Amino acid sequence: MKLKARHTFLGLCFLFLVYSFSIYLTPISEKKKETFDKTASVRGKLVWQNYNCQSCHQLFGLGGYLGPDLTNVISQQPMGLVALRAIIKSGTKQMPAFNLSDGEFNDLVEFLKSADAQGKSDPRSFKTSSDGMIESNE
Amino acid sequence: MNNYKLNIGNLFLISGLVMLMAALLFGLLAAIIYLSPGFLKEQLGFVSLRPLHVSSAMFWIILSATGCVYNGLRITAKEQPSLNIGMVQWLLWLLAIAGIFSSYFLKKFGGREYWEFPPVWALPIALAWLLFVFNFYGLVKKIRKWPVYVWMWLTGIVFFLFTFTENYLWIIPYFRESFVTDMTIQWKVNGSLVGAWNQMIYGTAFFLMDKISGNKKTGQNNMAFAMYFLGLFNLMFNWGHHIYTLPTEKYIRYIGYIVSMTEWVFFIKILYSWKSQVNTINKHYHHFAYRFIMASDFWVFLNMGQAVLMSIPAVNIYTHGTHVTVAHAMGTTIGINSMILLAACFEFLLPEKTLPTKTLTISFWMLQGSLLVFWLSLNTAGILKGLWQLSEQRSSYSQMTESLTPYFISFFISGIILVICFTVFAVYLLKNSRKAITHLSELNHHE
Repeated sequence: MKLKARHTFLGLCFLFLVYSFSIYLTPISEKKKETFDKTASVRGKLVWQNYNCQSCHQLFGLGGYLGPDLTNVISQQPMGLVALRAIIKSGTKQMPAFNLSDGEFNDLVEFLKSADAQGKSDPRSFKTSSDGMIESNE
Repeated sequence: MNNYKLNIGNLFLISGLVMLMAALLFGLLAAIIYLSPGFLKEQLGFVSLRPLHVSSAMFWIILSATGCVYNGLRITAKEQPSLNIGMVQWLLWLLAIAGIFSSYFLKKFGGREYWEFPPVWALPIALAWLLFVFNFYGLVKKIRKWPVYVWMWLTGIVFFLFTFTENYLWIIPYFRESFVTDMTIQWKVNGSLVGAWNQMIYGTAFFLMDKISGNKKTGQNNMAFAMYFLGLFNLMFNWGHHIYTLPTEKYIRYIGYIVSMTEWVFFIKILYSWKSQVNTINKHYHHFAYRFIMASDFWVFLNMGQAVLMSIPAVNIYTHGTHVTVAHAMGTTIGINSMILLAACFEFLLPEKTLPTKTLTISFWMLQGSLLVFWLSLNTAGILKGLWQLSEQRSSYSQMTESLTPYFISFFISGIILVICFTVFAVYLLKNSRKAITHLSELNHHE
């Protein structure tokens, strides 16, 4: 049993490593919509992390559930960036005020633009295929 | 303290119980925000309370699982691990915990989903884990024919180290430049990390059943190994079911989907062995620690059923981004992991067999009942949110959240009962475990 178990264990570990490294070495193809500043969006991701936005908000449905999903907040925010800045600076009933510098705010906006450019997170924008998988309607 | 007689496993278990109490306190404070949004908003807020709760719960699980492996390995190998290495490992954990908690109070975050803290505090944890690997290897090489639980412990330890390291790839610019790649790796880590500590905890459940029943064959039979490898296969490849809506590569989502469907085997196995399970329950019911194992079996059944359904993308679209996911995460953490770990605490920390007192019995059943209400409240809130997400005429997010208030109230009340019941057990165990630090028991509890 021990010998067989060892071989199975090592075989599965090998497959796992191949799978992991295939993901590391072949970056996932992103939809290239040139609607955001790439360098600023990478900095903006760190702003998102430093203020722990993920604890309450979601991107593509992944994150905390106290606040709304922000994947498409840029394209769907009817009041625009002025309102977004006001919400972040002043807070809401649940959300505390965040004292972001202008640079941090602009980087965060570029990050949100980069998330927005990847696709829609609204579940209504998905269709179900015959095998049970879901695909974005875009 | 006589260092020679130190039970390093019990030191980790006691530390885990302290962290459990911290998790209960921070969880309660965080839950208040669902009903009173302005609660501690400026001082801590959900932004700090959520990681305080999550990290405390993670420390309860990981420290206790470490304690279980140390105890189980010592009994199986009939030899003590290196106590000096174990002590340094424990001190490194204390350093990391102090640093991580201070960061949250100072509002310094790592900003990743679930278990997050500034990356610098990952260093003492990684170092502590390497010492654990060293101690584990020192003992495991002395065991000739490994029962399945030793394989599970090995798997948990190795994969924790791998995925914990993988969790910090984002520090390297190459990995964080692509938003979708970064999210994919983050959820690969989350899925496998949970799988890693599950292996350590389920291995402990196998070990305890071996000891309680006195049937040494439980850990050696082919079915046990088949289930272990199926679990390992899922740990490695099923994580794609977290990211069906993320625009990642199609093959990743399909691999996650197909591998997740193999979990039906676990579900069918539970149904198939139901009758023999009932017989085992009747046989060992008077054994208090066993009741927690019995409870974990029930929660495995409920959460496994939910998990396999949620892994079907066409169903997942309704539950994704809702409190159904929270119900699943909490249902498994409390119902499965914490039940097994409490069983282990009763076995390892209390040298004498625990007779079920009235208080313990009432607390046990109230714990199960309140957890069921807690789980159902979150699921109901989640399903309603899912229906809102898919409705054509949506109300605003805040209106939808307000409409869920009745379910958050029942979630909160059942949560308070959960906190009380867990506190009863944690205090009972801590009060009676003074001798456990130096006690090296063999678990002779055969019926």
